[in-house]
Amino acid sequence: MTTESVLLANRAASAPGPDTPPAIRVEDLYKSFRIPTQRVDSLKERAVHPFASRDHRELHALRGISFEIRRGEFFGIVGRNGSGKSTLLKLLASIYRADAGSIQIAGRLAPFIELGVGFNHELTARENVVLNGVMMGLTPKEMRNRLDKVIDFAELREFADLKLKNYSSGMLVRLAFAVMMEADADVLLIDEVLAVGDASFQQKCADAFHQMKTEGKTIILVTHEMGSVESYCHRAMLISDGEIKYIGAPAEAGRQYLKLNFAGNSDAPVSTEEPEPEEPEEVEEDVDPGEGARLVSCRVINAGGEGTPTVEMGEPIRIETEIELLRDAPGLHCGLVLGNADDVSMFELSVPVQSTDGYDIKGNKVIVTATVQNPLAPGRHFIHCGLQSPFGISVYVPKAATFVVFGTHPSTGIIAPQSEFDVRIPGEEE
Amino acid sequence: MAARAEIPLQQVNGPSALGGGPRRFFDLLWLMSVTEFKRVYFGTVLGYLWSLIRPLLLFGVLLFVFTKVFRVGSEKVEHYAVMLLLGIVLFTFFQEATTNAVTSVVAQEGVVRKTQFPRLVIPLSTVLTAMMNLSLNLIVVLAFVFAFGVDPTWTWLLFPLALVALLTFTAAVGMALSVLYVRFRDVAIIWAVVAQVLLYLTPILYPINAFEEENQTYEHLLMCNPLSVIFTQIRIWILHEADAPSVLHAAGGWAGLIPATVIFFGVIAFGAWIFKREAPRVAEAL
Repeated sequence: MTTESVLLANRAASAPGPDTPPAIRVEDLYKSFRIPTQRVDSLKERAVHPFASRDHRELHALRGISFEIRRGEFFGIVGRNGSGKSTLLKLLASIYRADAGSIQIAGRLAPFIELGVGFNHELTARENVVLNGVMMGLTPKEMRNRLDKVIDFAELREFADLKLKNYSSGMLVRLAFAVMMEADADVLLIDEVLAVGDASFQQKCADAFHQMKTEGKTIILVTHEMGSVESYCHRAMLISDGEIKYIGAPAEAGRQYLKLNFAGNSDAPVSTEEPEPEEPEEVEEDVDPGEGARLVSCRVINAGGEGTPTVEMGEPIRIETEIELLRDAPGLHCGLVLGNADDVSMFELSVPVQSTDGYDIKGNKVIVTATVQNPLAPGRHFIHCGLQSPFGISVYVPKAATFVVFGTHPSTGIIAPQSEFDVRIPGEEE
Repeated sequence: MAARAEIPLQQVNGPSALGGGPRRFFDLLWLMSVTEFKRVYFGTVLGYLWSLIRPLLLFGVLLFVFTKVFRVGSEKVEHYAVMLLLGIVLFTFFQEATTNAVTSVVAQEGVVRKTQFPRLVIPLSTVLTAMMNLSLNLIVVLAFVFAFGVDPTWTWLLFPLALVALLTFTAAVGMALSVLYVRFRDVAIIWAVVAQVLLYLTPILYPINAFEEENQTYEHLLMCNPLSVIFTQIRIWILHEADAPSVLHAAGGWAGLIPATVIFFGVIAFGAWIFKREAPRVAEAL
């Protein structure tokens, strides 16, 4: 069994089945914001421009979202900035009011949209812990009983009576996180607060999350980090433009999220419509080397033959190059060099430009499609394109195309070869 | 786990003035007020003394000005000093509570935007904090009352009634101002002026019967201010002077009390209504 499948088995074992009663049911949730083009902040402005305030844009943050989260589920919500996920979170947390639709929650929900909200820096840690606990819905008495546990979890015993204004930022975050852990809500709403504190505290938080998960708490995690979605969540939901794009397996949600992320990134790709090839460095004989052939376009395509700015990690890279031949070009080769963002050449492909029957091309336009195994690590890559023939053609277009390799697991290094592991304990063979 | 499965789904209606149940509301209100009180009075060197020195200093200056420099009818009151001190302490409460309430919701922006928080707790806690100050100050006032030779009577027991009226009025004004300030930042400046004007339009520095017989209209007009009614009644109950005019007399009959009553309940209704209306949207407007 591979390590990954062990993890998957674990996740499957603790995931609540479909017959588990729901902890949260959201039906047809709508929310839009009115953004005034000119904000009227004073009575005088309102009096002087009585109609100015009517001028506003409608921003549809959520357009009819429905989903259910089962009891005991660790549920991830992912989405790009501005996708509406924060709005959804604030609606669930009763910070905003929905325009339409309904939210039903079983039990008490404690939101953690930002750590340490409501801390009063003039008060001691003890007083703040009680105040914060009450904000989360406990009684002052209950919170006082838990005070020691909180202080111990935050590892702040010596500083418990110190005013918060004298705390370091790390100490504050630890205290806030500790309060959250002891809040004992039925549903926890957590917005990207995992990456706090030093390494040992982070481990403690990770342990605490796993514990809450095994205790069967319902947890909603909103994050950009696909790693934590995959390692904690039972299910995940991808939101884009106020709509649910995907809901289901965390790995798939993560993959689609990354795809979405780079697909929308239209400003980055280098123009493939290079009008003129670069000036060749050497002029051979009396023939202008650039004259014989011209690179019309070079792009990365998907399996369906459409241009794409992204390739998933491990999936083959398909490169389509269109060349215009201005004269007969026997022995013409199209060279494609793949380089990464640091200008390191990863590998080179040399494709002979030949017709299927083996004769050299005599026509006007040729389309060369290359399909390459993809050993590249996630990141931006460039394709430098060259055309060369023994009879004087030499064209080189650096960065003729660009694409992003994406994957759910960040990878150190410049390549990420596919691998399989076999973990055995010697002596336990059957 | 089995016990948790019993919890039924409940409709969530978004933020509101009272959201989260009455127990949590009062827990939070109490904790917020106490911590704020502690912050102000244990954070400074002289602590509580400050909240006493301010009205006392004002009292000393005004007492000198209005008994030695101008005569504004102070001779018409048997215990002008006591009336003045009591008036100043009570008005200081009103002014402090409302002025702090104006910016309270905006100042608690983080709490409003990032947590589930009953909105009403915020302005009310500033009123409650001011109330704590007032309670301490009233003890000092009591010492002065005795020092100036006012004898206790049974009508002192009615004083809390007037206090409740003042407290309700203050809370309503504070509620309205705190949410209006979220929308219109001018409210802070306007209110500073209005509060100053109110100080002079309430019989605090002068008794309500300070006017000559032919100028009774002024007296009636002043009684349109609900604060005037409350302060005049307090004077009657505490000082129990033989010749002090009753509220009814000062207002010129029952009809004269109608404007003050309408304003009083109107302000309370407006405060509750505007707060209830704006509370769900405060987080978005901030």
